[in-house]
Amino acid sequence: MKKQKRLTLIGDIVGVLVTAVLFLIPFYFMFVQSIKSKKEAARLSISWPTELHFENYPEVFKFNNYQLVRAFRNSAVLTLFTVLGLLFTAAMAAYVIQRRRDKLMTFIQSVIMLGLMIPAAILPTIHMLQSMHIYKSMFSMVMIEIALQTPFAIMLYKGFMASIPNELEEAARIDGCNRWGIFTKIIFPLLKPIQATLIILVGVQTFNDFTNPLYFLPGADNVTVQQTLYNYRSQVQSSYNLLFADIIIITIPMLILFLIFNKRIVAGMVAGAVKG
Amino acid sequence: MKTKNAKNMYPIWFVLPSVIIFGIFFLWPILSSLYYSLTVWNFETAKFTGLGNYKLFFSEHAMSSSVIHTLIYAFGTSGLKVVLAFFIAVFLTGKIRTKDFIRSAVFFPNLVSMVAVGLTFSFMMHPTRGLLNTVITTLGGKPIDFLGDPKLALLSIILVDVWKGLSISVVIYIAGIQSIDKTYYEAAAIDGATGWQALKNITLPLLAPAQNSIIILSLIGGLRSFELIWTMTGGGPGFATDVLASVIYKQYAAGFYGLSTAGNVVMLVLISIIAFPLQHFLNKREEAIQG
Repeated sequence: MKKQKRLTLIGDIVGVLVTAVLFLIPFYFMFVQSIKSKKEAARLSISWPTELHFENYPEVFKFNNYQLVRAFRNSAVLTLFTVLGLLFTAAMAAYVIQRRRDKLMTFIQSVIMLGLMIPAAILPTIHMLQSMHIYKSMFSMVMIEIALQTPFAIMLYKGFMASIPNELEEAARIDGCNRWGIFTKIIFPLLKPIQATLIILVGVQTFNDFTNPLYFLPGADNVTVQQTLYNYRSQVQSSYNLLFADIIIITIPMLILFLIFNKRIVAGMVAGAVKG
Repeated sequence: MKTKNAKNMYPIWFVLPSVIIFGIFFLWPILSSLYYSLTVWNFETAKFTGLGNYKLFFSEHAMSSSVIHTLIYAFGTSGLKVVLAFFIAVFLTGKIRTKDFIRSAVFFPNLVSMVAVGLTFSFMMHPTRGLLNTVITTLGGKPIDFLGDPKLALLSIILVDVWKGLSISVVIYIAGIQSIDKTYYEAAAIDGATGWQALKNITLPLLAPAQNSIIILSLIGGLRSFELIWTMTGGGPGFATDVLASVIYKQYAAGFYGLSTAGNVVMLVLISIIAFPLQHFLNKREEAIQG
């Protein structure tokens, strides 16, 4: 028994040390870089700065005519509308697909589930947006994010929907509730637990997305937060301190989310992965 | 009669918003990509060239090698995640008291964007001043050009990808381990099985469903990956780390839209011929193991 305890203690110590070295040092590095002077940051050392430069942070916001402020606004709008749109459209679709289970619905489901695997065709999408005159618009960007994440959202919803008994709907119908009312007043509110998961996962995914805005939402006014990082590299080659301040600013919303919803995020990722 | 009523309760038009958005913004472009990949295309005119783009794609080393790199990247990241995550998950489901801290620390990189992770590590892997090389030279080793050496660059990015994405595999494994009935282990202990035997004969087989999810997820993710590679090396040095997704972007930036779309179709075919049979195979194996 004593031997077992000692083994556990060694496991604890080794585990914490290895984790600290591998997973905390990179974040510590980001942070110290962000509060150094330009010259000191260029040395890329991990040591604590000789003098603190917290003014890097307001400077990042002012940089390039308040680019970061615009980026936060764009990313917030994109994330908000993607999450809201997906929350409703996928719930409606998953509800009918799960409840009807006929040939048509099985077909629709298997086509949509292809989206979990196959990649989007990028240039034909741009071409189509151009011919519809909605290229470089927030509307089209939101639609694309919704389209790309619809398979995942329907899959999560459908798995959860199976646990809701349809006696509820029968009862509501006998009480004279119409079909739209049954969905909006009875089913939709019952989906809250899985919606919380979806909001977080889709929110993080959309906020952190770099590739899709790169292709579908170019232009200085359309800049998103991830684009600001990329722009830094080309615009201020040697101001590493500002680059890292930008990284920290953009990562802080995720850190806050993580500290509040830690358990829910982990549970959601497992649910999403295993159901597939 | 009853089933008919039941069907009437669920109006088909409820699926329309999803189907329309998915159809227009995802499915239609994929279908039309099959045609545009056969053309010389500048968005205004599309001149049919047959398989010209594909021939060019596979005859130019800069592009054809991207298929190999994509495969190395996908199988490398997937393999490392499957194996490493298993041991971490076993470790974290043991009697360790600090597991909440360790799990949180391992998990957080998941929420940080690929671009932020890529930039941070490209500085830490700087050939002379980077943190990793400072450690190596302090210990008396020779500095390593992690991202500048064509032989090493892809491997370096693979390791960063594993660092960032490992935790999803870990939490899937943990969920799988926690759902295993404890009585199996008690019975095995009574029969005198060692910890290693229990791990091999109970934990591993019963984790097959979790493992299959991890393999499929990480493999598809690897075959599509772009952001980390693009921020760390931009496909360089030379074309040493160019993958399908970065070739698609480069040909787009260069104005070769038909060629870029052909690359897109190559990626689609590659994922299809790997992912679908693999999933079929893994499901069969899962049934065989679990009887």
